[in-house]
Amino acid sequence: MRLVPEPNPSRYRALWVTLGAMGVAFVIAGGIFWAYGVGPLEAYRTMLEGTLFDPRGLQEVLRRTIPLLLIGVGLTLAFRTQFFNIGAEGQLLLGAVCAAGVALFVPLLPSLTLPAMFVAGAIGGALWCWVAAWLKIRLRVNEILTTLMLNYVAQYVVIYLINGPWKGKDARGYIYSDQFAPGAQIPVIPGTNVHWPTLLLGIFLALALQFLLERTTLGYAMRVVGENPGAARYAGIATSRIVLLIALITGGAAGLAGVGEIAGIHHRLIEPLQLSSGYGFTAVIVAWLARGNPAVVLLTAPLMGTILAGGDVLKVGLNMPFRVVDVFSGVMLLCLIASEVLLRNRVRWER
Amino acid sequence: MDEILNAFTRALSFGTPLLLASLGAIVNERAGVVNLGVEGMMAVGALAGFAVAYGSGAGDGNLALAILAAMAAGTLASMIHAFVTITLRANQFVSGLALSMLGLGVAGLLGKRFEGLPLFNQPPELPFTLGAIGLALGLALLLDATHLGLVLRSVGENPAAADALGINVLGVRYAAVGFGGAMAGLAGAFLSLVYRPSWTDGMTAGLGWIAVALVIFVGWSPFRAIFGSIFFGLLYYLQFRLQGQSGVPTEVFASLPYLLVILVLALSGLRGQQGNAPESLGKPYQRGER
Repeated sequence: MRLVPEPNPSRYRALWVTLGAMGVAFVIAGGIFWAYGVGPLEAYRTMLEGTLFDPRGLQEVLRRTIPLLLIGVGLTLAFRTQFFNIGAEGQLLLGAVCAAGVALFVPLLPSLTLPAMFVAGAIGGALWCWVAAWLKIRLRVNEILTTLMLNYVAQYVVIYLINGPWKGKDARGYIYSDQFAPGAQIPVIPGTNVHWPTLLLGIFLALALQFLLERTTLGYAMRVVGENPGAARYAGIATSRIVLLIALITGGAAGLAGVGEIAGIHHRLIEPLQLSSGYGFTAVIVAWLARGNPAVVLLTAPLMGTILAGGDVLKVGLNMPFRVVDVFSGVMLLCLIASEVLLRNRVRWER
Repeated sequence: MDEILNAFTRALSFGTPLLLASLGAIVNERAGVVNLGVEGMMAVGALAGFAVAYGSGAGDGNLALAILAAMAAGTLASMIHAFVTITLRANQFVSGLALSMLGLGVAGLLGKRFEGLPLFNQPPELPFTLGAIGLALGLALLLDATHLGLVLRSVGENPAAADALGINVLGVRYAAVGFGGAMAGLAGAFLSLVYRPSWTDGMTAGLGWIAVALVIFVGWSPFRAIFGSIFFGLLYYLQFRLQGQSGVPTEVFASLPYLLVILVLALSGLRGQQGNAPESLGKPYQRGER
């Protein structure tokens, strides 16, 4: 067996390789379920029945797709420029904090409250990410470590606020802030938790960023920075400015996801682990599955949304710990990056 | 005086898993492979160690066997990373991240049945701490003064040249990554067997990530890792010691280790420390390329 380099793999090939990698991931994850004591087929059947084949489950899938979509499109762009932002979790939390600050303490006309919350959330997420980008550019600090550490810090920021200065008047036992006024709540599809304005925002962002990447000069510069930093510098592209811009976009998008979660569902600032349940990490897979195309996130976000919602079903239905989602995420990501060798090379069988 | 002595011994104890894990990471990074999966490998090691200790004698257990199992589990997990990044030449950073998720996931899932079970024999911490320091000294000597150390470093600095000299680059990298996994597993076993003889999900509590950062902080030097880990150990001690003592909110102390990691990475960058990194760190090697 020999590997022959394939410089320009077709989209068709990318699709089959991706699907193959996912298939292998499902088999391996199934093996781990079996080791835990749950039959893989039973697990997958339970997941499917509780998500795609159940009206309530379906809206859970959609609800979880929204933050994954917003974070995923941003990360797709970031990974494409080799900025490995693993801190979407923290950026989401900071977005939620800033939006909650506006909702709780800034008196505005009711029609302006929600827009102001979205703007504040985007700024909060963007700045949290900017710190890591600035350190990367100025001091060559690895952004994976800084964004990851900032996740932990963001968690403590939220806990401090809802346990201290922002603690709600009616909060007993649990910690959370006061409830937001009705003007600071995002409308939902009646009878569900699907805050549709945020969903539309995500779809718009996916298409807009795809356009930016493929059809504009700035997008061209981004692609060059990601594919060949040396050439970018030679061509006079301001690499550091592009990376900073990308960081602001990816962090801002994660911040928007945070706004959606608190203004669309919880209507108050709540504990970090309930607020996010790992969207930041799951979105890494959403972005990796999309192979660098923001628009493809429109497909991969619902897919991982199904897996997140399915994890919940397994938790309740089969009494499995919440770590099942981590198993899925880890195996899926490993299979995806391992399969890239098949994307970049052709296998020749010869003696 | 007692207070200072107490702080120092606690710092040593908190620092022991950090030192063990970062020594492993230093070795695999010196051979050119970054493995961000330390947190996951620690979790798997902690579980394997606890499971074997519990299983081999109902709350009493065979310590040596448990430690071996933890190291084997860490090594096994690290081989996933080795295969994906060395043989398939995939992105080392993403693979390590995925390994962390997988390790935490598998440990949390399979460890559920061990949650809340007691181990009655708590081994003393000091031998582990002294052993870790001894190992650090030994590794420092090995890297700087032996042929094996030279081989390892050359694979991390210039794999093409090492290859031309007849060194099996991929073999050395596999071995180095395996060593990193064994040490992370051992660090996990320290947590679940010695430090707090029990199993809880998430008991690694970010220590693996701090160990990864520590490697950069100490400039890939096993000798300096001794002091780096004691320093972070002291920070952990202060986090618990100062809680509720001052007017400062506890959340500030809890986030200190993470803030400090960022700060020391920034300082290392300012000092140009990252220039100490092995030349080929993070880059896959393929014969005949460039």
